[in-house]
Amino acid sequence: MIAVSQLCVTAGKFCLANVSFVIPTGGHAVLMGPSGVGKTTTLEAICGLRRIESGRVVIADKDVTQLPPAARGIGFVPQDGALFPHLTVRENAAFALKVRGQSPANILSRVNELASRFGLKQLLDRRVTDLSGGEKQRVALARAVAARPPVLLLDEPLSALDVPGREILRQHLQRLREEEKITILHVTHDPADAEALATQVISL
Amino acid sequence: MFHRSRPFLAALALLGGSYALLIVCMVAADVAHLGSRLPEVITQVLGTSEFRDSLLLSLFSCTVAATLSVLVGVPLGYLLAREKWRGRGFVEWLVDIPVVLPPLVVGLSLLMLFQLKVGGHSLEDRLNFFGLRVTYAVPAVILAQFVVAAAFAVRTLRLTFSQIPRRTEEVALTLGCSRAGAFWRVALPQARRGVLGAFTLAWARSLGEFGPVLVFAGVMRGRTEVLSTTVFLELNIGRLDAAVAVSLLMIVVSLLALGLVRWLGKEDAL
Repeated sequence: MIAVSQLCVTAGKFCLANVSFVIPTGGHAVLMGPSGVGKTTTLEAICGLRRIESGRVVIADKDVTQLPPAARGIGFVPQDGALFPHLTVRENAAFALKVRGQSPANILSRVNELASRFGLKQLLDRRVTDLSGGEKQRVALARAVAARPPVLLLDEPLSALDVPGREILRQHLQRLREEEKITILHVTHDPADAEALATQVISL
Repeated sequence: MFHRSRPFLAALALLGGSYALLIVCMVAADVAHLGSRLPEVITQVLGTSEFRDSLLLSLFSCTVAATLSVLVGVPLGYLLAREKWRGRGFVEWLVDIPVVLPPLVVGLSLLMLFQLKVGGHSLEDRLNFFGLRVTYAVPAVILAQFVVAAAFAVRTLRLTFSQIPRRTEEVALTLGCSRAGAFWRVALPQARRGVLGAFTLAWARSLGEFGPVLVFAGVMRGRTEVLSTTVFLELNIGRLDAAVAVSLLMIVVSLLALGLVRWLGKEDAL
């Protein structure tokens, strides 16, 4: 569950004021609105990457407003994926598990599971710089959900993909939500994404 | 395809190439000066203990100075590139000073810093009390090289970190890293080529440093003598052949060092 109430964020001259919404556990909310209205800022504030002036952010029944990003239990996929270029696909996918000090056996098993789910098996030892746009987004998705966060935030993950790539990623997102009961907040410009995936639409 | 305009490219090559030609001519003039005596003079110079001591001290002091430069360059470059803080512009300006200052002024300022008496004792006196001698000793050579080399390392690393997207570090934070963890696991590994470049630049600057070493460490044969001071000493006593031979050997040492670091960089990229 994600509950945002009366969220206010100021960044330079930009001001995001009084944003409120609730996404129930297992929901897939699509956040829409014109460019520059503050969709990405909202995601960043929920992640803990922007200082919140006022308001509250509750994730899985826990008030995380004052917590650092690491303690919020959020998987975040930014617009360009922001993969770690010095690591392989395997190392990217294992990143959150390594940071948490999980055993090599656990990491291996979870990475293999993610590779099967997101069709990355043949790519595991490749450098991420050599991947196509769709492959990169699948790696970013695998990396974001590896530590099983209760919440996944997506910033226009499909915008740079071709039509078949979009369809594949939509299917992955659909299955991910159904199988892992993860709550998704998804920024998009494309009404087709809302139609295919959304359980609710939030307009800014 | 990018349009190839022969006259335009030829004009660029002529202007830019003139600099490369100048370097080639300078080295060729060194070689031509010695002519057929080159192997004999080089062998003679290599055989002297003064040259070997000077070479060893140069390799040692340049490596220490370059390592220290990277040690201060990484944190300062990162802070200047990533964070907005009061006084950032002032610090940026401050660390560029050694780049533009005449080298002798750097040496003189170091000398003043260590010799100025505050409360009856200079910094040198206080260090001497603990058995550490800096001025006119090996630490002065390293410090003189470090002050200038570090400015170049900071510039290189500031540019390196500013070219690494902040987003990757932010994602690392959401994946469970602390700020320091994101730096170690994500920012620094991405900056490794920049770190290597900063080390190389600092090392090369240190090898060529003469003015600050001359003033702060002196030119004492076998004690504070590095390759650049060897050239100066040989010229001073009228041994032009030896000065040219040491210069040529310095060029070889620099090329070997730069080649080694570039090769390491390529290995790293594989």
